[in-house]
Amino acid sequence: MEHIVIIGNGISGVTTARHIRKLSDKRITIISAETKYFFSRTALMYIYMGHMQFEHTQPYEPWFWEKNRIELKQAAVAKVETADKNLVLSTGETISYDKLVIATGSKPNKFGWPGQDLKGVQGMYSKQDLDQLEANAPNNEVCKRAVVVGGGLIGIEMAEMLSSRNIPVTFLVREKSFWNGVLPAQESEMLNKHIKEHHIDLRLGTNLKEILSDENGHARAVVIAETGEELACSVVGLTAGVSPNIDFLRDSGIEIGRGVKVNRHLETNISDIYAIGDCAEQHEGIDERRPIEAVWYTGRMMGETLAQTICGNKTAYKPGHWFNSAKFLDIEYQTYGWVWAQPKEHEARFYWEHSDEQKCIHINYNKTTREFIGINTFGIRMRHEVFDRWLTEKQSVDHVVKHLKEANFDPEFFTHYEKEILAAFQKQLQTV
Amino acid sequence: MSLANPNGISTKQKVATGIGVVGLFILVLALFNVTLPNKGVFLTAALGLISAGIVLYTNALYGGKTKGIKNDGIWFKSISSRGVLGWITGVVLTSFYIVLYFYPHLLGLGKDGAENTGLIGLFDPLSQLLSGRNASQWFVYGALYTVAILAFGYKFINKYKHNRYEQIRTGSVMFFQLAFAFLIPEFMYRMNSGLPYYDLKSIWPLNYYIFDEWSVKGFLSNGNIGLALIIFGILSTFVITPILTYKYGKRWYCSWVCGCGGLAETAGDSFRQLSSKKMSAWKLERWLIHTVLVFSVVMTTAVVYTYLGYDSNDFWLTKGLFIALVIGFLSLVFGVIMFFKRNELGKDAKFGAIGYFVVIAALLIMHFTGGTEEVFYIKGSSLRSAYGFYIGSMFSGVIGTGFYPILGSRSWCRFGCPMAAILGFQQRMFSKFRITTNGGQCISCGNCSTHCEMGIDVRSYAQKGENIVRSSCVGCGVCSAVCPRGVLKLENDSMEGRINPTEVLLGNDVDLMDLVNKK
Repeated sequence: MEHIVIIGNGISGVTTARHIRKLSDKRITIISAETKYFFSRTALMYIYMGHMQFEHTQPYEPWFWEKNRIELKQAAVAKVETADKNLVLSTGETISYDKLVIATGSKPNKFGWPGQDLKGVQGMYSKQDLDQLEANAPNNEVCKRAVVVGGGLIGIEMAEMLSSRNIPVTFLVREKSFWNGVLPAQESEMLNKHIKEHHIDLRLGTNLKEILSDENGHARAVVIAETGEELACSVVGLTAGVSPNIDFLRDSGIEIGRGVKVNRHLETNISDIYAIGDCAEQHEGIDERRPIEAVWYTGRMMGETLAQTICGNKTAYKPGHWFNSAKFLDIEYQTYGWVWAQPKEHEARFYWEHSDEQKCIHINYNKTTREFIGINTFGIRMRHEVFDRWLTEKQSVDHVVKHLKEANFDPEFFTHYEKEILAAFQKQLQTV
Repeated sequence: MSLANPNGISTKQKVATGIGVVGLFILVLALFNVTLPNKGVFLTAALGLISAGIVLYTNALYGGKTKGIKNDGIWFKSISSRGVLGWITGVVLTSFYIVLYFYPHLLGLGKDGAENTGLIGLFDPLSQLLSGRNASQWFVYGALYTVAILAFGYKFINKYKHNRYEQIRTGSVMFFQLAFAFLIPEFMYRMNSGLPYYDLKSIWPLNYYIFDEWSVKGFLSNGNIGLALIIFGILSTFVITPILTYKYGKRWYCSWVCGCGGLAETAGDSFRQLSSKKMSAWKLERWLIHTVLVFSVVMTTAVVYTYLGYDSNDFWLTKGLFIALVIGFLSLVFGVIMFFKRNELGKDAKFGAIGYFVVIAALLIMHFTGGTEEVFYIKGSSLRSAYGFYIGSMFSGVIGTGFYPILGSRSWCRFGCPMAAILGFQQRMFSKFRITTNGGQCISCGNCSTHCEMGIDVRSYAQKGENIVRSSCVGCGVCSAVCPRGVLKLENDSMEGRINPTEVLLGNDVDLMDLVNKK
């Protein structure tokens, strides 16, 4: 029986395994160094915040794996011997495979800051990071101040986590405005305000120079590059992005760039070895997408696709319309299609913001054809299905704004803003 | 910003707790027969202080905070994570229920017309004010129950400042408890003292005593009002309930009207995350709740049967006709379901069929072996008392509410309520209600499942892009509220395409979706 070995038990690897099982009787083994069972990485923050316990983040009960004959192995892979189709584990044990799927995800970036390896300095990515944070910052008596470095999604989550335990947080963001490499200025500004409203000490346009140590090798303060200011703290969160977790492949002969290089079929340069999820790097980005997509949804889609190929129905990774979502403290964000931080040459924008609630939508469309390109929505839930259809139908921005109610996904009895939005849109048309 | 440790509580919260405990302490003093000079004043003080404590605690907890999800630290607090406080609360509540149901004289109920003393005596002034009679243990229970729903309802509304569905729904259960369960029956007594206690919103089979002989006689001996009330009772079960459930799902009752649901949603809210989400718990649930339903149908039929006559000249509804009607009705329901929904039910159709034939056989055996007093060679009234004891008291009260801090807030609704079973069955089969999953947006975080009081593994559907159509869902809306990615929406829409299992989710290659989801 063909043996499929998957390294990594995140959403990509587990989706692949589940779909292979639906399609075939192959032997499946998932290897992970992190945890025995699959859990939802995006939910780790809720454990620290006390909303959930670790078991709640596991989408399948332990019996699921046995029932579906998916073998789980908790171990770290040290080396891949592609010639013999063998994996060598850190314990020295070897496992042979017929087909290998690399789905090892990411690891937090470190940029060589002085003091970045001190005690109390950590990322917030893995289960181990969570345990570390629980030890470093159990409450505001042990951790009197924390500094979070890096203004992305993990950064704001870590700031939210710490402040849920009433630990004062200073949030160092390199950019002039929060996440403005991805978000347009208006949304970014709304989030700046919201972060401060949560009593998080947001420092924009601020870089970390170094982390200072106390006599025990524990972080005691950070130094800010621009001002030289020294901020006393006992925990430093490094959240300046992530990169593919592929160090163990360096000498394997598998082609790597920033991630594991794959073609549109998610195949590496070596036959019977595939890579998916955060650690895979397309030779060229698909459509407007980046070559490395470190997003839950794309990991899942690659898994769904690769299972087909492995089970004999060779299928290219051809994702549909872009979508994504996140939650910034209390504000939910969804996006469908593309809304860049800066409009491209042929693009125009329509922006609406509620006068006092923190809600806004931002629509991107083609200036000449008026084709709808994408929407950012903050504080108003929208239907994925409707926007996906509008994008496929290449609807005009006028159609989208006029029919926005169809896409509303807020709970019943919530206030609707479609009329207000339409009025603002028509006003903008008249003034342009 | 309060700088308290979330593992503990702030000073303001401690003061508020203290105020509430003083109120409770007055009740304890009364319980131990300490003579309180002016009962009216002390009762007002006790209920006022308890309410004030809860209101102040709420203000300290949520006041000055931004609108949003307020679940920080619930798994660190002893009371809401099966810690010592949780267990103590469970034991105290359970003991209270046992005393209430089985030893009311310990609460001070006067025996054989004697004056009330103790806790029940303390409530006499309020009972006199409302209905002009002295309090009973049920009046005390009703009053405390109402205070709990109102005060913790205030807390829930403040917790969900950003969510109008939650606020309106909570307003609704507070209203129905205060008006329908508490005040109106007392006023009805005052206006027409022969009527049995009737909470209009308590519907058979949840209200298992409505068709008891004393109850039916009570209604029928009170002229047109009584007749109208009992007709309303029958219509509630057989006409009003199916229509509303078809349009809105069982939530119209379970989380908007029902008193058991009302308490679970308000006072029980801190315990909702304790319900088990395991597959094994779901299996147990399906066996238990349907067994209770069968028990309640057979029991009610038997009880009515025993007091009906043989001769149609005495009363048009005879034993024979009644049994024929019941069997006819059950057969109609069974036939309709098997005809339209056989395929949808799959394996469960077999269990349904077995259940149906067991009930019919039981009814026939009853008819041909039973007499005026006896059915199944035991007294009809014994069957009724067994139901009242095991289901009405032990299950719904002692376990259902007493075990809030251990099993979660809805264990009665989930495992035992026959009304929920009927509504749920209809919700699953013939209703426009569903929780819609938003395409491919689920990140499997598990907030929805964790906070589902009914123990539904909501995530297992959401992560497949599948709508949630479950008989047990009471439509509280909390899964949708706590979802960080806007994936879940409770709504009423057409029946078609309501159940939509998918393998490959929206957002992936359209050809792949077509290929895989086709089957």
